[in-house]
Amino acid sequence: MEPVLWLLFSAGGVVSALFLPVLVFLFALAVPLGWIEEPGRDRLLGLLGHPLTALVLLGICVLSLLHWAQRFRYTLFDGLRLKAHERPINVGVYALALLGSAAAAVVLWQAVAARSG
Amino acid sequence: MADTITLEVARYRPDRETEPTVEAFEVPLRRDWAVLDGLNHVKDNLDGSLSYRWSCRMGICGSCGMTVNGEPRLTCATFLVDYAPGPVRVEPLANFPVIRDLVVDIGDFMRKLPEVSPWIVRGEGTSVEEGEYLQTPEQLADYSQFSMCINCMLCYSACPVYGLDPEFVGPAAIALAQRYNLDSRDEGADVRMDLLIHPEGIWGCTFVGECTRACPKGVDPAGAIQRYKLTAALQSLKSFVLPRGPR
Amino acid sequence: MSEPAQQTQRPYRPEISRLWWLRRRSYVFFVLRELSSIFVAWSVVFLLLLVRALAQGEAQFRAFLDWAAGPWVVALDVLTLAFLVLHAVTWFNLTPAATVVKLRGRRVPPRAIAGGAYAAWVAVTALVVVLVVTR
Repeated sequence: MEPVLWLLFSAGGVVSALFLPVLVFLFALAVPLGWIEEPGRDRLLGLLGHPLTALVLLGICVLSLLHWAQRFRYTLFDGLRLKAHERPINVGVYALALLGSAAAAVVLWQAVAARSG
Repeated sequence: MADTITLEVARYRPDRETEPTVEAFEVPLRRDWAVLDGLNHVKDNLDGSLSYRWSCRMGICGSCGMTVNGEPRLTCATFLVDYAPGPVRVEPLANFPVIRDLVVDIGDFMRKLPEVSPWIVRGEGTSVEEGEYLQTPEQLADYSQFSMCINCMLCYSACPVYGLDPEFVGPAAIALAQRYNLDSRDEGADVRMDLLIHPEGIWGCTFVGECTRACPKGVDPAGAIQRYKLTAALQSLKSFVLPRGPR
Repeated sequence: MSEPAQQTQRPYRPEISRLWWLRRRSYVFFVLRELSSIFVAWSVVFLLLLVRALAQGEAQFRAFLDWAAGPWVVALDVLTLAFLVLHAVTWFNLTPAATVVKLRGRRVPPRAIAGGAYAAWVAVTALVVVLVVTR
């Protein structure tokens, strides 16, 4: 299991490093604070609800969450010396990551539906 | 330049004390003196009971590793003038049990080292008449960096993962496994993989990178471990897809 | 002679504190790097909240933007961006140590691999900005 989880962690590390800084800068700071002209709901929905964009976003979300799961559990093991509770931590972080992935799929599907409907 | 410098040396005499204390010694400060020369001066002239390991004085034997001002160093290659005006704190290597003064118990590393088969493994050896195993300079370059390891254990002393979990195989042993895995003459990769693919093998490493910074020989154990993770992950993915296929 | 030797075999093992990583600056930096994962997860949550508001309607989208412009959310997102950049920079810097690429039997120099990673970062960033900003 560890090899697969590590590969997903690495893939998530690459994807989150490439995409998340610009996405957070644009959508968490530039747009809400009015640093750039606000694109408007129709245009944003047209962009983010496009099936291809939604698929890419789903990939970014799932891999980033799996990246978090691996790194965070080792932070707990080593940083907080919780190695003794390895099993519940493993179950907990990956359950959260899978739950988040499912939520991402639902939300992105809703955006695709809202755009076409 | 002052002509002496203070060495604050950790002392631990298990017959007398339950935990280490610090003892200060004034030693001559000379341009060509390493920390090890200072310790030798103490032992020869000030306190003959001071215990520490050393041998070659030239960065090859790997036995004089200690913690100098908090950093794992070879004391033969760490010069007193670089710490002037002092004091210089000399402690045993971290992450190892202390036997006496600056001497640590290296038994754990000595047990782990042979487990990774750090020698050339051949399925069927060839006879002397058949000649040498030839190797091109490019093939040599693939592993030569990892062959510089002198087993000084500074990387174990720097590694927080090893400090927290002594079961972790550790930087030097994995780097040495990689030294032979990458050798074109070797056929033992599968044998080593069986040991290192365990959670206490490569997966315990979180790429802190301190081992590489501590290494006095430029071996880069951290890089070796990450590269090995990629190899092992792809390998086990392959054996997952082709369960009974050749490994 | 073996008996006195036995008596003195009492190796000293120091306790490791839960806050061991405060001992050295490089350990603190390592722990900060590892904590970036929390902000990676938060970024995902934030983006999904945005997409959900977009899908729900104009009013929900306005409400989301107002919420996102609040001082606490902005402060959190500034911190998030800082940790994301830390994650990206450390990740790209360590990439050459973990990957060996060979071209025609020769090892690609580590600097070229890191350079390639940074070039990809710039390209992705530019692409996303162009997609979002231009009409």
